[in-house]
Amino acid sequence: MQPFKPVLLEAIGVPDGHSITSYKSRGGYAPLEATLAGKQPSDVIDMVKASGLRGRGGAGFPTGLKWTFLPKDHPGPIYLCVNADESEPGTFNNRLLMEDDPHQVIEGIILSSYATRATTAYIYLRYEYPKSWHRLQAAIDEAYAAGYLGKNIRGTTFSLDIYLHRGAAAYICGEETGLIESLEGKRAWPRIKPPFPAIEGLFRKPTVVNNIETMACVAQIARRGVDWFKSIGVPADPTNPRDPGSYGPKLYCLSGHVEKPGCYEAPLGITARELIDRFGGGVWKGRAAKAVIPGGISMGLMTESELDTPLDFAGPGRVGCLGLGTAAVVVIDDQTSIVDFLHNSARFFAHESCGQCTPCREGTSWSLRILERIKAGKGRLKDLDILLELGSTMGMMPGSTICGLADGAAWPMKNAIKKFRGEFEDYIKRTNPSGWMVTDPVPALQIVGAH
Amino acid sequence: MTAQRTYLTDEMVARIEALAPRYPNRRALTLPALHIVNAELRHVPLGAVAEIAAILGLAPAEVQDTLTFYQFFHQEKPHGTVRAFVCRSVSCALRGGDHLLEHLCQKNGVEPYGTTADGELTIEPAECLGACDFAPCILANDDLLKNMTPETAEAELKKPRARAT
Repeated sequence: MQPFKPVLLEAIGVPDGHSITSYKSRGGYAPLEATLAGKQPSDVIDMVKASGLRGRGGAGFPTGLKWTFLPKDHPGPIYLCVNADESEPGTFNNRLLMEDDPHQVIEGIILSSYATRATTAYIYLRYEYPKSWHRLQAAIDEAYAAGYLGKNIRGTTFSLDIYLHRGAAAYICGEETGLIESLEGKRAWPRIKPPFPAIEGLFRKPTVVNNIETMACVAQIARRGVDWFKSIGVPADPTNPRDPGSYGPKLYCLSGHVEKPGCYEAPLGITARELIDRFGGGVWKGRAAKAVIPGGISMGLMTESELDTPLDFAGPGRVGCLGLGTAAVVVIDDQTSIVDFLHNSARFFAHESCGQCTPCREGTSWSLRILERIKAGKGRLKDLDILLELGSTMGMMPGSTICGLADGAAWPMKNAIKKFRGEFEDYIKRTNPSGWMVTDPVPALQIVGAH
Repeated sequence: MTAQRTYLTDEMVARIEALAPRYPNRRALTLPALHIVNAELRHVPLGAVAEIAAILGLAPAEVQDTLTFYQFFHQEKPHGTVRAFVCRSVSCALRGGDHLLEHLCQKNGVEPYGTTADGELTIEPAECLGACDFAPCILANDDLLKNMTPETAEAELKKPRARAT
């Protein structure tokens, strides 16, 4: 791997790095001033499109392309919603950016609003980040005082307000239309698409929803240029015209059974093994990894032998995972029961299913009930097939749900059972010697509450 | 005409109204209003829901519908002076999060989501707190408690803390 200097995380550990003075001393807000003085909104869109930036929130959709879906010559208002609901288990990169370098995020928001002609930007921030809340609000106040926000910014016709809006501990608010519904004051039930938010989003107006790290990337592209951004990462596959490539630096969150958990910046395409060994100090206690989550729990599992998979947008999919997701890498050591892991995953999704679509509400709740029973020593081999059937029938991909939460619930289930079936079978046979072969219906152990 | 209110003070109403210019309609004030009331009362009783609805021009059922969805706002009685969210999601679970939760509940004589008899402490399981680099972790009011052990957590939760904002 080529030598690499962190850019997005440049302010980490810098005294007072979250202040506007520090940010400007590092070159911040100069690109915004230059943009407002001499560039059209379409120039900013072209820059972001040319950079190949793909959204950092999980889906990896090309950011510039998303912006072009907004209707042309719309009378307004157009809204920008910045997704700071970061709730995917294992993920904390946005927290670092908001706490330690909030102006980088705000400059990105201002540039993106200028590009999309948004006049109001809402940052939808999860409740669990009180420090981010205070740091962001202080930074927004500084940006108003410095004339980067408000009416007629830098003497132009461009006006922008940024408001913080606080969530209330619900994972589904990270889904872009769930976020919009929540911001409107309602239960966060995702919407059927189309219409996509770009056409009819927040308050039924054209809306762009972008992640915090995506905003920071926009600020850095404006400062360092398209060529810099494209010089990092994995180029598009020339034989596949639909591959947009994986350009730029990425924040990888490393946690679980590693010696040095943390958020590390690396070029897109670093392998899980490099990340664990070079940044994380290896698997903890000198052990080996049994499995690794490539990008938040909903992306599924890689086995030890799959750890050389590059963590770019296309890599995890090649080993049966759902995708790169949030690039949150969670290491599970060889002393951990994969049954326990899957139970933990199922509990999360049963708790966080919003309850709108029956296959997800019932599917996540029944998977948890079955896993409770398996864990309690009353499992049957047949349960594994039932779990796989649930996993293959709930979600957007099989076409049974409105949003992708159910796909995210299904993926760890499918990966765990397919890649570690032997361990599940051994566990079931060992803990239920008289009943593992039963195929008749058996009662659930307990009723699980959901939304 | 001044409305008669039991739960919402004039100060709370003023804080809610101060946010109104940020949104094109009043329904969007629902979550901010719930947070403002909850921060003061440490719960949002049904009577307060009706008062919020009256201020926002909504049916009480609309506000109640939103409130119940999030499972964040206690309704029956206030949560403790300290509200501790103990993370149980994957990264914390791999480093003892479930054990931590069990230990704290047992030591304080409460079930998960319960409040101690003196009203000082509420212990709630939480899904990923976004601090996996410090697993296992707890959010106690506005304070993130990092790399907790059952012993350090027990001691930390006995300390007085500023109210959550």
